[in-house]
Amino acid sequence: MRILEGAGLTKRFGGLYAVTNVDLHVDEGETVGLIGPNGAGKTTLFNLVSGALRPDAGTITFKGRNITGLSPHLVCRAGIARTFQAVKVFANMPVIDNVRLGALFGKAATAAAGASAAGAASATARAEELLEFVGMSSFRMSTARDLTLVRQKQVEVARALATSPQLLMLDELMAGLNLAEVAQAMDLVRRIRQRGVTVLMIEHVMKAVMGVCDRIVVLHHGEKIAEGTPQEIAANRTVIEVYLGE
Amino acid sequence: MDQARKSMTWQWWVKWGLPAVALALLVTLPLYTSRYTPILATSIFMYIALSVSWVLFSGSTGYMSLATAAFVGVGIYTAAMIGKSVPLPVFVLAGGTVSALLAMLVGALTLRLRGVYFAIFTFGLVMLIPQFLVFWELQAFGTRGRFVVVISYTTIYYAMLILLVALLLVVYLVRRSRWGLALQSIGESEEAAAHVGINVTMVKVMTFALSAFFMGAVGATMATRWTYIDPYIAFNANFSFLPVLMAIFGGILPFYGPLVGAVIFAYLQEKLITKFPEVYMLIFGIVLVAAILYLPNGIVGLVQKAWQRSWGRRANT
Repeated sequence: MRILEGAGLTKRFGGLYAVTNVDLHVDEGETVGLIGPNGAGKTTLFNLVSGALRPDAGTITFKGRNITGLSPHLVCRAGIARTFQAVKVFANMPVIDNVRLGALFGKAATAAAGASAAGAASATARAEELLEFVGMSSFRMSTARDLTLVRQKQVEVARALATSPQLLMLDELMAGLNLAEVAQAMDLVRRIRQRGVTVLMIEHVMKAVMGVCDRIVVLHHGEKIAEGTPQEIAANRTVIEVYLGE
Repeated sequence: MDQARKSMTWQWWVKWGLPAVALALLVTLPLYTSRYTPILATSIFMYIALSVSWVLFSGSTGYMSLATAAFVGVGIYTAAMIGKSVPLPVFVLAGGTVSALLAMLVGALTLRLRGVYFAIFTFGLVMLIPQFLVFWELQAFGTRGRFVVVISYTTIYYAMLILLVALLLVVYLVRRSRWGLALQSIGESEEAAAHVGINVTMVKVMTFALSAFFMGAVGATMATRWTYIDPYIAFNANFSFLPVLMAIFGGILPFYGPLVGAVIFAYLQEKLITKFPEVYMLIFGIVLVAAILYLPNGIVGLVQKAWQRSWGRRANT
């Protein structure tokens, strides 16, 4: 079943076409990779889906509902969560509060539940569980700004998951990670999927993309130039020319 | 365990006992002090209230509002217009409400402006509204300015005290709710806040309105102290700057920062203005520059640091 469908998505910045007429779909339970050279429009596409930017043309459908142009908080409450390429943790807050915010305001939260003491307690419990899940329990009281980049990214993943998404968008989770950390992150993506969360990820680390994705979409100059299984993409002539190299 | 319980009760006393004692003293203040003390205290309450309301919005979200004088002025003018026909609580609430409505309108229009643009725009209100009022008064009544209903100093003192206690309670409740957490997250990263499901526009506008409500109510209460007002008296730019300075001086921290800053600042101002009227602004400026240079977290930050240091030393030995 299609969980996310983008049709004819276009975004211009002045005269520059950042994304041109891109069709994109993600099936429920899938892990989809979004790759392409820098400036290909990957993050812009994420911003269109998450509501940070409004497309100039095209529609975005999530679980059969048109979410084109919705504000980010409504997209989040509809069930789409994301992380950021340049991490945006709440730097001066404890890690646990970073994650609690997701639980307090995300999809699962209703105003009444968030305001009550029971709602607050269940948000804390949920945050604890997710910190455990990403392996950050021992840092729960640390201030987010004091953490290393890798750990801040894990906080972002936990915070995003705390909003109870059905679709999680990861923007370069593995950038700047060493080999052991990449292996851990790949494992994390697989475990996220086992929780029943569909994943759409932007990634430059080819080993990771090829290893965890069911399907890969390739963007170049804002256009979709290829789409297919990791094997098909690895063998695709155009993709090799513009991105992977010989 | 026993130790933990002891420190718990100790903290409990600091948190609730101290304010209760302070409140009891303040409630009975007019009974045993000179006539002048409640008048001075009213001014200090006013500055505390303005500074705390300013920090409620600007301190947590990082949006630097200079509209305080506009909201105070709207409160003052509301009191001047209807103060003679309705009782004090009604025109104080009305002053607050009109300010809050103005804040909602302005907030909805401008809270997408960031940084210096927002500050300039909000200050623009302080210039714009009095011009509009002058024009309107001349057109409608052929005069400029008006007399305000006169109310006893003791009544004003209690009205201001009630307002201040209500404000501190509201700030306390906001801070411990998820709304308070949302405000803080907006100050940290507005984009991330929106992406975890927070309706950032709504939270910002409503908080801006809440802080404006108290600014307007304070203005309406204080209006009765001045027997005559005109738009230029009501919209005094100092009301935009002083609360900010007080908050910086005390520390832009929840609660005690603006509170301590406003008490010391307002007291200093009152003393300096009577003792050294020519140089009081100069002394003010020097104190402020020193505070910014040497006390990044204000006086309260300094105290906290010293406190932690002495505790740390005790824990080590």
